[in-house]
Amino acid sequence: MSSQDIPEENLPAAQDTGHGALGVADEKHPFADPGLPPHEPRIQDIDERAAKRSERTVALLFTVSMLATIGFIASFVAIPHDKSIYVFTLGHINAMNFALGLTLGVALFCIGAGAVHWGRTLMSDHELVQERHPIEAPADVRAQVFEDFRQGAKESQLGRRKLIRNTMFGAMAMVPLSGVVLLRDLGPLPEDKLRHTLWRKGKLIVNMNTNEPLRPSDVAVGSLTFAKPEGLEEHDHGFQNEIAKAALMLVRIQPEDIKDKRELEWSHEGIVAYSKICTHVGCPISLYEQQTHHVLCPCHQSTFDLSDGARVIFGPAGHPLPQLRIGVNDEGYLEALGDFEEPVGPAFWERG
Amino acid sequence: MSTNDSTQSRARGKAPAGERVADWADGRLGIYSLAKANMRKIFPDHWSFMLGEVCLYSFLIIILTGVYLTLFFHPSMNEVEYHGSYIPMQGQLMSEAYKSTLDISFDVRGGLLIRQIHHWAAIVFLAGMFVHMMRVFFTGAFRKPREINWLFGFLLFVLGMFTGFTGYSLPDDLLSGTGVRFTQGAILSVPIVGTYISMFLFGGEFPGDDFVARFYSIHILLLPGIMLGLVVAHLILVFYHKHTQFAGPGKSNKNVVGMPLLPVYMAKAGGFFFLVFGVIAVLAGIATVNPIWALGPYRPDMVSTGAQPDWYMGFAEGLVRAMPGWEINLWGHTLVLGVFVPLVLFGVFLAAIAVYPFIESWITGDKREHHILDRPRNAPTRTALGVAWITAYMIMLIGGGNDIVATHFHLSINAVTWFVRIGFFVGPVIAFVVTKRICLGLQRRDKDKVLHGRETGTIKRLPHGEYIEVHEPLSQASLHSLTAHEQYAPAEIGPTVDENGVERKVKGSQKLRAKLSKAYFGEDAQIPKPTVEEYKEITSGHGHH
Repeated sequence: MSSQDIPEENLPAAQDTGHGALGVADEKHPFADPGLPPHEPRIQDIDERAAKRSERTVALLFTVSMLATIGFIASFVAIPHDKSIYVFTLGHINAMNFALGLTLGVALFCIGAGAVHWGRTLMSDHELVQERHPIEAPADVRAQVFEDFRQGAKESQLGRRKLIRNTMFGAMAMVPLSGVVLLRDLGPLPEDKLRHTLWRKGKLIVNMNTNEPLRPSDVAVGSLTFAKPEGLEEHDHGFQNEIAKAALMLVRIQPEDIKDKRELEWSHEGIVAYSKICTHVGCPISLYEQQTHHVLCPCHQSTFDLSDGARVIFGPAGHPLPQLRIGVNDEGYLEALGDFEEPVGPAFWERG
Repeated sequence: MSTNDSTQSRARGKAPAGERVADWADGRLGIYSLAKANMRKIFPDHWSFMLGEVCLYSFLIIILTGVYLTLFFHPSMNEVEYHGSYIPMQGQLMSEAYKSTLDISFDVRGGLLIRQIHHWAAIVFLAGMFVHMMRVFFTGAFRKPREINWLFGFLLFVLGMFTGFTGYSLPDDLLSGTGVRFTQGAILSVPIVGTYISMFLFGGEFPGDDFVARFYSIHILLLPGIMLGLVVAHLILVFYHKHTQFAGPGKSNKNVVGMPLLPVYMAKAGGFFFLVFGVIAVLAGIATVNPIWALGPYRPDMVSTGAQPDWYMGFAEGLVRAMPGWEINLWGHTLVLGVFVPLVLFGVFLAAIAVYPFIESWITGDKREHHILDRPRNAPTRTALGVAWITAYMIMLIGGGNDIVATHFHLSINAVTWFVRIGFFVGPVIAFVVTKRICLGLQRRDKDKVLHGRETGTIKRLPHGEYIEVHEPLSQASLHSLTAHEQYAPAEIGPTVDENGVERKVKGSQKLRAKLSKAYFGEDAQIPKPTVEEYKEITSGHGHH
């Protein structure tokens, strides 16, 4: 929408009563601009002793700054870098960091304080006036620019020779495609990478802390056990990627307390195994309430009921935690009976 | 500019050394014309004008300290075993990025200080921009001709947020890794392309081996490079437009009143750089920020409680925490509204800042230059909108720390979350209404002061027993300042039927604008400022009121 359709009378009257042309408070214009008030001298302007005092203050501040810099260098050299000291209200903190921060801070601050004090008390504080000029160019300049442009455009013959114009636009539009193509190897295609984890049928469930395979007796009622698939070691390359999907948590619930039928089927003696990765945005869930069997993600407080198929009972998660079907092998160790049946972690477009 | 004759006439041989250097530079760079325009450039004085300086200086401090940190930081995700001087981490597996951050903190003397100055300065930088933008918004300094500079500033704010985010993600500690995981989860929620963006950004599955190196080049090169350009452009425009000023005696839309750059602002603004740097250095010395050694290296299966982003990401965090977990599953696809809606809202919420100047100028239809600042009370609807925005922002900031709020104040986390969910919609409305009323109240008070003078507190008893308070008339300067603001009349659509009875077509956009204009400038939206006639009528008749 252009400005033309705004009637002029809707805009306020001309913005000022003229710069510099200052009104006297008369009957006609009680609100007229009286102009800049007369300059009020500061004590430093009239009393040389006060000015001297200011000078000394500024010099003192600059001197303190110099001393603080010497202090900084001395702290750097003299203080052992692992020494900690007790500072009241701050507690035990690193002595060198404290000394360096304080001395550097004082050295800098005093330069600033000195300069500002100098500027405020000794430099002239007469207010000066400068005229503003409209940002817009005057009409004749505008006309000249358009004229020049038309002339240039005409001489280029861009408008007349359509073939050149169109092929040039085509070439310019296409050349960035090479740059886009070059980005292709930033990463692989998603394919089904988000759908699979290391869990397979027969994989033992290994306690994350002890690195030992778990037996049903190791999982007590009321405890929360974190686990990983056998064969995945911290030193392995790709450990981080695999544990980001395979991290598991086990709890033991009295079988009669398990409300979800499939959950009961996939459990073993009341031991249920769920993905530890929150279905909201992927934080590891780590807070477990024994009495209610609720687990809470500490990042965004999604709460899941582990006794009811890990249903979401509060918070921003959109679907339950995937359950891992578990059993016991011949040697009495807990094992997985397959991979998760659905992708773990946050939802995504292809998840379905 | 200068001919050979004039150069010779300067008699360069005899000039002092400083002048000769300046002449040398002028002959090659033409610095004299630049200096002529700017050396004694006038800047108006007001405390709120230093907020932008805080941003500029903290940005410089970030660059200085950041360069130092690159000398020691290794942007690599190779797994190494730690054998440095921090005993609790001995033998731990960690990425080189995390290890080198530990080394900076414990083995490089002064490294911890510079790291903390860098982080503190980033926090101050973002906070400074936030407050600086509030100053510009509430005083209407974004109006023509400064809309483009508002956009530059807006971009600096947004890019600053992402530079901060990529920066605090670099140490690859447990907290920042959790933040990166959150970001990756949010990216996955984007329909159709989410998984692709995630794979391309992380070089495969999360966390992969690449993101620290990639975030590093984004953090130290790409974003700061753009920001540096924007800062320079921002400053050039500030110089070119000349600074705004508040109304007052001698100050008009056509002049600028204040002190010269040389020497006063050289001393005050230059000194202020050292003040800001000094305060941040002391902060870094006494207040630990981001103690990555207390958190440990990142593991995707571990987390600490009370995980919080830096404050400027807090409102995005709040949006994600408050949103209910809606998911739509259709035709084999999942639309993750629970995460995607907050992601979109985050963008919309910020974009509202960017477009506001254009919306307001469309409503007012005012195409003139504005160099006199509004007092917030004199633009009640704008002020109320700004406060409503800030209210929503602050409520989401509370939402982003709902766990901290719950544990500190012994509240139910569910109750806090529900408060945020409802407050996000109700809070801004209440804030809007209350702010507008406060503004109108202040306008009435100004009007009262102009017409009746200042309350002196002196009570006088008249001969017939009546008590009155003596009002002292304002000085002409105050009268002028209090009545200098402009007041728009609401835009009218005009009659829809012309004199011949032919119906005129009125576009929907025009109707909308008339409505908005009425909301901005109608009877309920501003108190008409006192007129000369009112003033004369009251002051001429009798001595007191």
